Amino acid sequence: MSENPFALWVYLSQSPLLWLTVTLLTYAIADAVSLATHRHPLANPVLHSMWIIGAFLLLTGTSYTTYFGGAQFVHFLLGPATVALAVPLYENRKVVVAAIVPMLVALVVGSVTAIVSVVLLAEAFGLPRGVILSPAPKSVTAGVAMGISESLHADPSLTAVAVVLTGIMAAIIVTPLMNRAGITDFRARGFAVGIAAHGIGTARAFQVDAMAGVFAGIAMSLNALVTSLLVPLAVTLLVR
Amino acid sequence: MIASLSLILLCQLIGEIAVRGLGLPVPGPVIGLLLLLILLLARDRFAPLARGPLQGDGVEGASRGLLAHLSLLVVPAGVGVVQQLDLLTQHGVAILAILAVSVVVTLLVTVATFLVASRLLTRSDPP
Repeated sequence: MSENPFALWVYLSQSPLLWLTVTLLTYAIADAVSLATHRHPLANPVLHSMWIIGAFLLLTGTSYTTYFGGAQFVHFLLGPATVALAVPLYENRKVVVAAIVPMLVALVVGSVTAIVSVVLLAEAFGLPRGVILSPAPKSVTAGVAMGISESLHADPSLTAVAVVLTGIMAAIIVTPLMNRAGITDFRARGFAVGIAAHGIGTARAFQVDAMAGVFAGIAMSLNALVTSLLVPLAVTLLVR
Repeated sequence: MIASLSLILLCQLIGEIAVRGLGLPVPGPVIGLLLLLILLLARDRFAPLARGPLQGDGVEGASRGLLAHLSLLVVPAGVGVVQQLDLLTQHGVAILAILAVSVVVTLLVTVATFLVASRLLTRSDPP
């Protein structure tokens, strides 16, 4: 028995067990709500887990480093999950090979649009140079985007914020937007969200349609490559 | 299950080594993805490869399990961002608006390009 509840809290809050449990439990609830609402875009489990856990950390005065001590076990699985994308790719190889040309064209056009639109808009809004550069690689997965940001001497933390906000916004907006535009080709829908919104968009695509998920996964992987090559070029051409 | 996970980790490990060793501009797991894809394709060609995690539904089942919870895996990084939202205080509204517009434009341009390219391609095919 612990006589001092505070001592128990101090012990638990430093152990990975508590934060791993908080992450899984919060997500399990957010995911159950998302299922109950038939995967409504606004019930996005990533969005709601993020702010609930974030608020909990804030209220308990827990640092992100302490939290990550537990959450890293979940975070680590992102790498293996990327490798696992090989399986749906393999299972749908006929459809994928048949769509290789539209994919490559959409990859280049989409990647350029993602970078150029954000840089031009930021310039139009008159934001300072450091702030213009940071969100340029926002459409690729956070690890790659932060690397690009560092090489441009921009602010990697601001880049990470832009990456996650982009992912969440795209995951919420993609289904109503595509339905409104009357687009029923799930290959194209998935590919677009993979280009625009990396892993968060791909996770959303897998919720909506298996084929959309496959194409989103391919788009995400290819875009990581293309964006690392294009951002430095775009910045040289566009930013004065 | 364990053998399947080991195979996935092994592909990622080789990917990371290749990326660091050769200075490739690609994330390690993407090379791992290519490796696993090649293994799966090679298995269909060469029967002796179809053993352990590469037989039955081994690595396929484990991969589907991981991908079913892809949303969970991005949560820890997302929480880090919630804590840095104060970075947005200065130019917050402008940045949010810029990102939102850019997302919509990127989605529409990409989807339109994909559909147009795919339609042009089917039309140019011999009947």
